[in-house]
Amino acid sequence: MRILWLLGEWALTSLRDGGRMMIFLGTALCWIFLPPLKWRRMIARIHFIGAKSLLVILLTGAFTGMVLGLQVFYTLTKFGSEAFLGPAVALTLIRELGPVLCALMVTGRAGSALTAEIGIMRITEQIDALHVMALNPMRYLVVPTILAGLIAFPLLTAIFDLVGIYGGYLVGVKLLGIGEGTYFGEMETYVGLGDITQGILKSLSFGLLVTWVCCYKGFYTGYGAEGVSRATTEAVVLSSVLILVWDYFVGSVLL
Amino acid sequence: MKRMELEVVVGLFLLVGILALAWLSIRLGRMQVLGLAGYVVYADFPSVGGLKQGASVEIAGVKVGQVDTISLVEYRARVKLRIDDSVKLQEDTIASIKTKGLIGEKYMRLSPGGSDETIPPSGRIRETEPPIDIEELIGSFIFGKF
Repeated sequence: MRILWLLGEWALTSLRDGGRMMIFLGTALCWIFLPPLKWRRMIARIHFIGAKSLLVILLTGAFTGMVLGLQVFYTLTKFGSEAFLGPAVALTLIRELGPVLCALMVTGRAGSALTAEIGIMRITEQIDALHVMALNPMRYLVVPTILAGLIAFPLLTAIFDLVGIYGGYLVGVKLLGIGEGTYFGEMETYVGLGDITQGILKSLSFGLLVTWVCCYKGFYTGYGAEGVSRATTEAVVLSSVLILVWDYFVGSVLL
Repeated sequence: MKRMELEVVVGLFLLVGILALAWLSIRLGRMQVLGLAGYVVYADFPSVGGLKQGASVEIAGVKVGQVDTISLVEYRARVKLRIDDSVKLQEDTIASIKTKGLIGEKYMRLSPGGSDETIPPSGRIRETEPPIDIEELIGSFIFGKF
């Protein structure tokens, strides 16, 4: 009896949370299309999510590309087909690793901070103060963040891909001795516009996903410092899990 | 001053990101941004088996253009080719669809002819050669119809 009660309670809670998240997303998306847009807030958010993540993205991108170059090279030499190192590195980065790793890094760097910031605004009653001043917190806090995510994520992903391809070039061409023409030539042959569009679509959806989850968790944070800390952890965990799950489904639909 | 800095940084970030995106899609994705260069010629094939849009057109292994569109006209495949302006095609040029390596992608090879007349823009290559169907080849080898 007790187990049934627990199961039922868990199901109802998850359903209620899920519904609340959906309503949050729906309202936010409605407000996106309703002018006026807070331009300055959005620029500040792009600065926070995009420009400040640049260093992390450059580092992770370069090392991901280098590791791919190294590992794929050793696998391909077994079949005597090192010539395909370029397309292998580029396709892996553009289709999968670029969008996913980029989203995970930005979640860790910017997403957690977003949740903490909005969460602290909630517990110190600053969001209520916005309400009192007849400033819509959705318009002021959430919409600029989501738009900034939609703008920053694809650009960060493109930078990640580019740096990764260059990292693979450094290892494959300079270190392991594949021809430079082979590396880039085969890449141009095998990578198509469809692969790049798929990567960009993925990163767009991740941008929405991460900013949505992080804003939601901050917006409905619990009480006190403990509540904010729990909201931040939940936001990072949920975003990361959803990124990987969503990546699989988008991949299987778009393939 | 502080605000200026923020905007400059954001502008720089957007610029770098858009440049990276543009490089990816133009260099690797072969996206056509500027107006298409070159002139158009058509070639009809009984089958194009696996030739794709954007495949390269080569003479003596040198890329001289690309496949623009492929459409069906009177149950034959009509391939629209875009050839660089600097390349003139003789009237008896042969267009054939070949495979790069054994399992590589399909491309179009043009073998120059000896005629004095050249094909005008929007003209048609008369001599065409469909791709070799490896399965059919193996089949006829097995069943001894050589």
